[in-house]
Amino acid sequence: MQFLSYLINGLGLGSVYAIIALGYTMVYGIAKMLNFAHGDVIMVGSYIAFFALTKFGLPFPLAVLTAILVCTVLGVVIERLAYKPLRQAPSLAVLITAIGVSYFLQNGAQILWSSSSKVFPSVISAGSISIGAASVSYLTLLTIATCIVVMICLTLFINKTKTGSAMRACSEDKGASMLMGINVNQIISITFAIGSGLAAIASVLLASTYPSVYPTMGSMPGIKAFTAAVFGGIGSVPGAFVGGLILGIIEIFAKAYISTQLSDAIVFGVLIVILLIKPTGLLGKKINVKV
Amino acid sequence: MKEKTALFSLFGDKKKRGRFVSFAIVIAAYIIIEILLKSGSLSSLFKSLLVPITCYVVASIGLNLNVGISGELNLGQAGFMSVGAFCAICVSGILAGTVTAGIPRLIIAIICGAVLAGIFGFVIGIPVLKLQGDYLAIVTLAFGQIIKSIFMNTYIGFDSDGLHFSFVDSKFKLQPGGKMLLNGPMGATGTQKIANFTVGIILVLIALLIVYNLMFSRSGRAIMAARDNRIAAESVGIPISRTKMLAFVVSASLAGAAGGLYGLNYATLVPNKFDFNTSILILVYVVLGGLGNMTGTIISTVVLILLPELLRSLQDYRMLIYAVVLILIMLVTNNDWLKTKWKSLTSRKAKGGASNG
Amino acid sequence: MRKIFKTSMAVALSVCMAAALTACGGSGSSASSEPAAEATEAADAAEETADTGAKIKIGGSGPLTGPAAVYGQAVKNAAEIAVEEVNAKGGLQFELDMEDDAHDPEKAVTAYGVLKDWGMQVSLATVTSAPGAAVSPSYAEDQIFAITPSGSSPAVVFADPDNLSGAYGNVFQMCFTDPNQGSASADYISAHTDLGSKVAIIYKNDDNYSKGIHDTFVAEAAVKNVEVVYEGTFDDSNAQDFSVQLGQAQDAGADIVFLPIYYDPASLILTQANQMGYKPTFFGVDGMDGILTLEGFDTSLAEGVYLLTPFSADAEDELTVNFVNAYKEKCGGEIPNQFAADAYDCVYAIAQACEAAGVTADMSSDEICAKLVEQFTSMTFSGLTGESMTWNENGEVTKSPKAVVIQNGVYVGVED
Repeated sequence: MQFLSYLINGLGLGSVYAIIALGYTMVYGIAKMLNFAHGDVIMVGSYIAFFALTKFGLPFPLAVLTAILVCTVLGVVIERLAYKPLRQAPSLAVLITAIGVSYFLQNGAQILWSSSSKVFPSVISAGSISIGAASVSYLTLLTIATCIVVMICLTLFINKTKTGSAMRACSEDKGASMLMGINVNQIISITFAIGSGLAAIASVLLASTYPSVYPTMGSMPGIKAFTAAVFGGIGSVPGAFVGGLILGIIEIFAKAYISTQLSDAIVFGVLIVILLIKPTGLLGKKINVKV
Repeated sequence: MKEKTALFSLFGDKKKRGRFVSFAIVIAAYIIIEILLKSGSLSSLFKSLLVPITCYVVASIGLNLNVGISGELNLGQAGFMSVGAFCAICVSGILAGTVTAGIPRLIIAIICGAVLAGIFGFVIGIPVLKLQGDYLAIVTLAFGQIIKSIFMNTYIGFDSDGLHFSFVDSKFKLQPGGKMLLNGPMGATGTQKIANFTVGIILVLIALLIVYNLMFSRSGRAIMAARDNRIAAESVGIPISRTKMLAFVVSASLAGAAGGLYGLNYATLVPNKFDFNTSILILVYVVLGGLGNMTGTIISTVVLILLPELLRSLQDYRMLIYAVVLILIMLVTNNDWLKTKWKSLTSRKAKGGASNG
Repeated sequence: MRKIFKTSMAVALSVCMAAALTACGGSGSSASSEPAAEATEAADAAEETADTGAKIKIGGSGPLTGPAAVYGQAVKNAAEIAVEEVNAKGGLQFELDMEDDAHDPEKAVTAYGVLKDWGMQVSLATVTSAPGAAVSPSYAEDQIFAITPSGSSPAVVFADPDNLSGAYGNVFQMCFTDPNQGSASADYISAHTDLGSKVAIIYKNDDNYSKGIHDTFVAEAAVKNVEVVYEGTFDDSNAQDFSVQLGQAQDAGADIVFLPIYYDPASLILTQANQMGYKPTFFGVDGMDGILTLEGFDTSLAEGVYLLTPFSADAEDELTVNFVNAYKEKCGGEIPNQFAADAYDCVYAIAQACEAAGVTADMSSDEICAKLVEQFTSMTFSGLTGESMTWNENGEVTKSPKAVVIQNGVYVGVED
């Protein structure tokens, strides 16, 4: 294997991070909270898709839809029950609640679906095509393609629709948006719904690429995606996309060319360097401190 | 960050008087527990929790200085604990032949752990404190991960030839009778357990003393001023970076001391113990106890460590219930309606008390 | 006013502490008032409520929650089955309490406290190695007999694992030790050159088990002239993507990939190697067992995988079949892995030794300990995971790993 295949694998891994990071960054942009339970919504999505495919024998697109539906509802319910009552509370209180929700989902999944892992069925054919000297699996290509499509749809949605404008308004200034007649609570709910729906898409891609489904599967991709979101500038949608891809590539390259033992340290080291050069991430907005 | 208001309104005491309460609670708890220990009526479970509780209390007090007083969200406190822990284990292992008495060796080891963690804190603080808000938080998280990663690849051995060190791979071979102090991902094994509860309590008292002295000193007021309004503080000539660095380093050393005690309380310690989850756990103790409120931190740490143990009878459901309790506590303590009710209730009580007295 | 808050919180705290004290304070004999014991009894069905006094108390801890929960749950379920079976035979009666340690040495020490308060007389120690190394000194200090089903690191039985000296003496192992597996694998590969000549190793470097086997494998490989061409690692935080490790192994020309890891990541490695079109001989150790029964796993991917394992759920002897059926019935169709088999054997070995030594439920734990140590070092035991196992005075088991190869979705024994 050589450079090109590492690059494409990195892009594939990065695409998964990017889709998860989009969920993080949207929620952060609107609700100004770090939703640490996001990774666990992915875990739930994977389980739902798994059961839809195996127990109920649904065709793949329907299984994905079911996962999206369940995750969307789950995201909205979590928001209503756990985060909405804390709208006025300090952001640290919301952070702790999100951690509580994360523990809840992980342990609930363990009780409901047992702790032993399940193997996600390979629905996408395992074949591969050759690009130059590198062989790339269809799955990787599909992942990258999905990520790009999701990214484009999301950008269009935010920039071209009324709801999208309302979202942008909310992220700029919640109080002013409310005065302009925007239903801020509804917008936040919609944001959670979209973020969780994206989590479901990510979950299917994640579980197809790395076909192991278990209760804590979401936490590590969750942290990595969070890192990716910060990389790109948290709150920025293109930032999350770029951040995810870069993170994926760095991770694969660090493993390939430096050391598999130190890949984590290298990923986080690069993050620190980037933040020191650009303190608000690659594409993040500069914070204007009011005097 | 304008989150200085304590989440637990009932701990919202910032007067100097508050510090005596903390000392009183710690000393009273110590006396009660010592009496129970002497009379032999303390359960084995509780005995095994004594030292770790003091460790986590010290680490939480340190973190509260960082998050509550200084206003920096630190997600890497466990990293500093691991620096302290592994340093203390190494020091204790090296001194095992020369300083045979447990307590002096423990104290030396803890001090070394605290100093090394403080140095780490200083080095890491330079880049970290250039950032703000959530970006600062993610960088502390990153450093926490990097520290973990470093310890997972560090091999330190000690034998008759002296100290051996290697990184990534264990390249050296020890003489017979030699000891691996740090064996990469397997961490430290066969550590002599020399930690004890009294030292733990003394450490808690020292931590309180340091933090309170800092809080109510000139630097402390400067730190809080910088937290509440950075620009205003800068404009009146407060050296922001220096004051914040002071708080960061003290916080790191306290975590290091806590880690040192922790490391010497178990026969084995793996680098994975001090991961992101442990950092979060300590943060939960701090937030629940009230930002800037040391008494609250002590109480919430103790309660949250005991809670999962008390829930053991629920078997597989215990961590689920723990999660629910955590969410409910956050919801209840931040509920406006309950807050006003509680306030009116307690103020009436206080008034009643005043008129009676 | 503030004072009132402080006082009320102090009161709350002391109530909480008092609760902790009383809930667990009834140390020793009066354990039936203890909530954990009650819960276990409730879980163990109504038949056990009869006479708790006359039962020998077996304790143990393992990860029942968290990422490693799968191992702890397997041990707990299998040990419960074994205890029920032993009790149903009449004779000595046992009761079991498995506590959660979340694969954390700190929690394992706490769990040990809980078990001691409950009045544990014999122990299954811990399921995983690092927590085991943390509690073994306590078992030695309190002289409670312990046999761990799966804590395979030397640090579980030796106080000084670097020199393999200072054995605790009363902590035994049912599983192979890690060094034993590593050298056995290297020996096997060097003796069977038809499998391949260039070995790549992919191991989990934050896992005691995996790292331990890797280290001894590499050492033995050097002695036996087995060429190791690539070593790749992964850890908890990147246990999903193996494309780099596999790619580099392929580039290095490895025709054997040695996987001293558990079956979960191994299944990912097999899947990804298949996607890449890389087809070396995969060689696993006992952690690989369970891969065929992983829910949803395409067993054709594991075709031709070699592994050294003491237990196979597909074996057709009566003992295994009965155990697998009982386990499936108890756990909703789940198939037991080697952790479960080791735990099952532990309980039976304890029962056999107790019968032979004339242990009764009213003996103190150190009395039982002395008797059992004597029994274990002299007896032979046959169970699911081996025939005629014996233990040395260090507590290490002697049994030979069997090499099997996966053909048509089942294990086929290969001649040595």
